[in-house]
Amino acid sequence: MSDRLTGLLTIIVALAFFAGAMQLEQPFFADPLGPKRFPMFVSAIALVAGVMLVLRPDAEPQWPARATILRLLLAVCVLSLYAFGLRPLGFVLPTALAAGVISYQIKADWRAAGLTGICLSAGLFIIFKFGLGLGLFALPRWLHG
Amino acid sequence: MELLSNLALGFSVALSPQTLMLAVIGCILGTMIGALPGLGPSNGVAILIPLSFSFGLDATASLVLMTSVYYGAMYGGRISSILLNIPGDEPAMMTTLDGYPMAKQGRAGDALVLSGVASFVGAFLATIGLMLLAPVLARVAFLFGPAEYFALYLLAFCTLGGIGSDNQAKAALSVCLGLGLAMVGVDSSTGLTRFTGGNLHLYDGIDFLVAIVGLFAVSEIFVFIESHGRDSSIGVRLEAVTLPLRQIWRTRWTMLRGSFIGFVAGVLPGAGASLGSFLAYMAEKSVAGEQAAFGKGEEKGVVAPEAGNNAAAGGALVPMLTLGVPGSGTTAVLLALLMTLNITPGPLLFQERPDVVWGLIASLLIANIVLLILNVPMVKLFSRVLQVPAAILLPSVAMISFVGIYSLSGSYFDLLLMIAFGVLGYFLRKLSIPTVPVILGILLGGHMEVSLRRAMVLSDGDWTFLFSTPIAVGLWIAAVLGFVAPLVLRRFLSVKALIDDQAK
Repeated sequence: MSDRLTGLLTIIVALAFFAGAMQLEQPFFADPLGPKRFPMFVSAIALVAGVMLVLRPDAEPQWPARATILRLLLAVCVLSLYAFGLRPLGFVLPTALAAGVISYQIKADWRAAGLTGICLSAGLFIIFKFGLGLGLFALPRWLHG
Repeated sequence: MELLSNLALGFSVALSPQTLMLAVIGCILGTMIGALPGLGPSNGVAILIPLSFSFGLDATASLVLMTSVYYGAMYGGRISSILLNIPGDEPAMMTTLDGYPMAKQGRAGDALVLSGVASFVGAFLATIGLMLLAPVLARVAFLFGPAEYFALYLLAFCTLGGIGSDNQAKAALSVCLGLGLAMVGVDSSTGLTRFTGGNLHLYDGIDFLVAIVGLFAVSEIFVFIESHGRDSSIGVRLEAVTLPLRQIWRTRWTMLRGSFIGFVAGVLPGAGASLGSFLAYMAEKSVAGEQAAFGKGEEKGVVAPEAGNNAAAGGALVPMLTLGVPGSGTTAVLLALLMTLNITPGPLLFQERPDVVWGLIASLLIANIVLLILNVPMVKLFSRVLQVPAAILLPSVAMISFVGIYSLSGSYFDLLLMIAFGVLGYFLRKLSIPTVPVILGILLGGHMEVSLRRAMVLSDGDWTFLFSTPIAVGLWIAAVLGFVAPLVLRRFLSVKALIDDQAK
């Protein structure tokens, strides 16, 4: 089933990509092939691969249980928030939180996870800032003045 | 004579204190990265590349650092294979077959020393092979026009996809995904933007480093979160390490055969180290015949794959440096490094930047000797690395990846894109769709399109031009064979089947 769905998704994306390529204008001074032909070839091959997947899927992979899926979603959310927070909030705080949460997702031990987060955040900051000389801010910008 | 003067130039670069120090640091880091389960040469090198840029290293220095990490990780991969029965990286998989049984019999020290020496022999001979073969191939590469380059890229995609996956449709899908992503951004020959959806962040195209770190490192975090606690294997304690001279002498031919097979497998575009170690193991098994106890702790079963995969690592540098076509996942990452450093691999590299090429080769020779010292007398030290729990290791990988990418562009958009690639990588791995062709597609897609379009300009739109020279025709035939032959051979040559077989 997973393979069939992947195949279906591939077919849709390939068709969209093909349509997108068709709509590119062909500048009159362009080379004989132009900017649209190569993407069209690529999507045609992807289309064939998608059809093959729908027709002849492999055995079903083992998907994780619902609890694990939730944990994975949480990890994605935390990392995304980290991506947004890194600039305004400085390095130390978001890193400690994100590292702690990821650590907890792998081994459910609050104390160890908290310690991992704090030590990683401090240790990496020292290495990156003073060892490698990256321009990082430890704390939120407004605290630096 | 030319070779000697080139080597002298190389050593004059490599023996400068800074380069030498970087080689040693790279070897230590690499061995640790290789030993850690879940971190291998490709994702290890991937997360270090952004950092080496922000560190402000010049081209030769960062290339030396990264290839030392690469070689080091190839050496280190065997440590967890032998002691934990978990391959530290994919090419070290074959080493578990006899390495772990040897360790269980209390011969862990012997297995580590033997495989360390085999790694040295394989890597050293391959570096010499690289030295001899690369300049010759670089001269042949001058004959390559756009039609030949197009066929060569096709060959790389076909063999990499064909060998790397159990399903050709999935391999093709993964190549197309990479090529499609490479099309995003401004088209270099007309200045038109393509497939950006109007998003300004995408006008420059997708930075391949973001894709690489996402697909290789961030996806690893998700895989670990899923598998936590399940892969707990009982480690074997490492007793005193001695030098089993007699066993080394007894396996000398195995080392040489493994090195040769591995080197050839490495040079072939798209085949890489996993194939090298697999073929070396199978060849040794058939040479030894029935009386050898392969799979039950046979010394040759440890020596052959290690000589094979380290030789393949060196061999894979040949097509990468001379043609700009990587032979494996890690050399794809190294190619990304070169491209970001504004070095175009290919025949001109050998003429215009001999200091880079020969400095690299000399550094690799030195790195091998450093690695032999690190991996034979000091192996016990590195086996400690295995005790780092995943709950500390994986958050570190995540944070280092983030800071590395952030320090490159300072943009939250690239970080989000990296997470998206991580999620994509997780799904691809779950569906057993190979991820390396995606990377290769993003890296080479632009070049492939440009060479096709140039060929069409030269021939004024005549498609037969693509098959107009013997070299091009040969490459096309090889490409078709590389894609189709695994379909037939898979029944006889399946790594998975072999592992299952041994497990019974």
